[in-house]
Amino acid sequence: MKWDAPATVELAREHGLSQKEYERILSDLGRVPNLTELGIFAALWSEHCSYKSSRIHLKKFPMRGPRVVQGPGENAGVVDLGQGWVTVFKMESHNHPSFIEPYQGAATGVGGILRDVFTMGARPVMLLDSLRFGALDASRMTHLVDGVVRGIGDYGNCVGVPTVGGEVDFHPSYNGNILVNAMCVGVARADGIFYGRASGPGNRVVYLGSKTGRDGIHGATMASDVFDESASAKRPTVQVGDPFTEKLLIECCLELMGDGLVVGIQDMGAAGLTSSAFEMAARAGCGLTLDLSKVPARERGMTPYELMLSESQERMVLVVTPDNVAPVLDVCGRWGLDAIEIGTVIPESEVVASFDGRQAFRLPLAPLVDEAPRYERPWVPPVPAAAVTLPKLHDRDWEADLRELLASPVFASSRPIWQQYDQSVGASTVVGPGADAALQLVEGTNIGLAATTDCNALACSLDPFNGAAQAVAEAVRNLACVGAEPIGVTDCLNFGSPENPGIMGQFVAAVDGLAEACRAFEVPVVSGNVSFYNETSGTAIQPTPTVGMVGVVPEVRCRPRSHWQVGDAIYLLGPLEGELGGSRYLQIVLGLEAGPVPGVDYEAERRSAAVARELVRLGLAAAKDLSDGGLAVAAVEMSAGTVGCKLTLPSGVSPVRALFGEWRGGFLLTAPVPLEPALERACHGLPLTRLGIAGGTKLVVAHGRKTVLEVPVAELAALGEKGLGWLYEA
Amino acid sequence: MLVEVRVKLKEQVLDPQGEAIRRVLSGLGYGEIEQVRVGKLMLLEVAGTDAPEVRSRVEEACKEVLANPVIEEYEVRLP
Repeated sequence: MKWDAPATVELAREHGLSQKEYERILSDLGRVPNLTELGIFAALWSEHCSYKSSRIHLKKFPMRGPRVVQGPGENAGVVDLGQGWVTVFKMESHNHPSFIEPYQGAATGVGGILRDVFTMGARPVMLLDSLRFGALDASRMTHLVDGVVRGIGDYGNCVGVPTVGGEVDFHPSYNGNILVNAMCVGVARADGIFYGRASGPGNRVVYLGSKTGRDGIHGATMASDVFDESASAKRPTVQVGDPFTEKLLIECCLELMGDGLVVGIQDMGAAGLTSSAFEMAARAGCGLTLDLSKVPARERGMTPYELMLSESQERMVLVVTPDNVAPVLDVCGRWGLDAIEIGTVIPESEVVASFDGRQAFRLPLAPLVDEAPRYERPWVPPVPAAAVTLPKLHDRDWEADLRELLASPVFASSRPIWQQYDQSVGASTVVGPGADAALQLVEGTNIGLAATTDCNALACSLDPFNGAAQAVAEAVRNLACVGAEPIGVTDCLNFGSPENPGIMGQFVAAVDGLAEACRAFEVPVVSGNVSFYNETSGTAIQPTPTVGMVGVVPEVRCRPRSHWQVGDAIYLLGPLEGELGGSRYLQIVLGLEAGPVPGVDYEAERRSAAVARELVRLGLAAAKDLSDGGLAVAAVEMSAGTVGCKLTLPSGVSPVRALFGEWRGGFLLTAPVPLEPALERACHGLPLTRLGIAGGTKLVVAHGRKTVLEVPVAELAALGEKGLGWLYEA
Repeated sequence: MLVEVRVKLKEQVLDPQGEAIRRVLSGLGYGEIEQVRVGKLMLLEVAGTDAPEVRSRVEEACKEVLANPVIEEYEVRLP
């Protein structure tokens, strides 16, 4: 099939376009497109690029705020940090490529999210990864875990950006469709932000970076496709990352922007040159001419179709004034990167491309970008999971229950994962992986930049609205544990097929839940990504709306602790009992995925997070939020496998709800005895209970006068270390 | 018997290592070397005399561990 052959309805279908969409193309153009034009329509109208099923719902997010410099719509969001600094961040999925080829899929996911951040003029300083895998005994699963972890580690380590946090979870619903969500956080001077805009007719278009190969053609349409048995046939589309070229690109682009040599800049991500050319032109209200013969090709005989749709990695598009072309090419040459002028900005709203001296395509911008299809897909509101009748839950062997919980992969220590990552390159990491949130210093200042990723997909599957809202609340608490105040959210919304009204209903409810919670916490959503079609042979994943939240500590004075020390007094800030609906205790110990998942008590959460944040900032207390596994798991984490404790629960409370109940917000706070009065004063008016003292080598819990738990903390820690320990040998 | 397994990246797949070598060569004056692709040569000492049987076992090993069929192709050569 030649690249300029006329399109047909069958070809359109093979490109993932519906009959109706193809008819719209014919009427928008007033003619039959050629194959290359059809490929461009298919890429830009794919779910991945156009957000056609999600856009009308995403409008519900709060996107403005006093700190917001740039909200959604650019390559990444920008939020003010104070003192002339801004932070730039985004999270994106690379689920489908990582399932096909885990190492390269995860690596190029990291590469892509880095480019989204440095293309805005920011230096990437933190990477976080939210991972979801299937049951470890499922087919290929250990291979997938190992490949993804090595791919993330190798790319981040080579490129010199520390991987400082994230989360990992396991559930059989991901057996055929794992999730790899990568988040990048960067920093820039407030006056050093650049946008992906091809403005100023007469300005030149410069191609920078690796050559264009035949890899990754149709990645964007693949990401918008359901997996089936024939997915293996699509395999040659896997891209290979080159982190050393990416490092050169980072330094080269930051130098070009720092010297004011570029007008606009964007990376070539999903849908390659197609999306960068059309999006940059549309944002600026201009058009482009491109000479595709000049695009550096890795293989002989590449056609306009392939050049426009290749997803070769480590490539950028720059828009430069004519006078600056030579200096730009000079800088690129010094960094050892290929750069070449391939086009010009024109006033008309269209992209006109030539190849071998003749026209390859001529397409108006409006139908491809701003007027791309939007669907209000039919959806059915999800019915939140109701409560079930639980067996009697008193006088159980709590030690056995706790051991069972900790031995589950869900609670396995993620150390074997993050020990493979460079966590401190750049020498700015204050708190790295394994803590509630990561904390870094903005270079040359005392400003603390914190980040976390959170999503309890179990809760979201039981109640998408409350589950999504709880993810936001958990992120706020995690930031408070390092003393940070939340300032912005990026999200990565992973769901099944939007063409299924039940799944679409989950999506709508989760978006509503996120929107309500972000409003209540006054944290705007400034960037994000939607990944639909996460299903295999009709089985969808648990709805997984991952929340990436960034926070700020105006002045870091001490390093937040996440463990208690011998002699520390231990307090619970928050209710003594939690709820069992949607808890890990029900899921893992009782084998029940049952509701109800309560809504968030925003007022209580805001107040307790504010106090915890302040105590941590002042160095008065160490804080750990209560989330998965409740108080018992938080206590095990704070013991770090070395220092035990003796806690007493009032005799009136239910031991199971006190130990394992979730959804109560709240924190475990610990402080040396002399600081107790200060801690109690700070928490005045909030529910605060002094539970006991840290010391010894055992976790001892008394219920009234009766000891209900007495177990060496080293044994508990060892249970968690086993879960993913095999990764060391893999 | 001594079996030779050659593994190389598929034609369409980027080879950052080969590209790095090409750059070095070009910097040292070997500008005429326009492309470098790096592969692996593995020599396996296999017990057995039945050539089709040996080939089929080695190909199985290639698919499972010696090559990554998603991005690489392999060739098995028997004496």
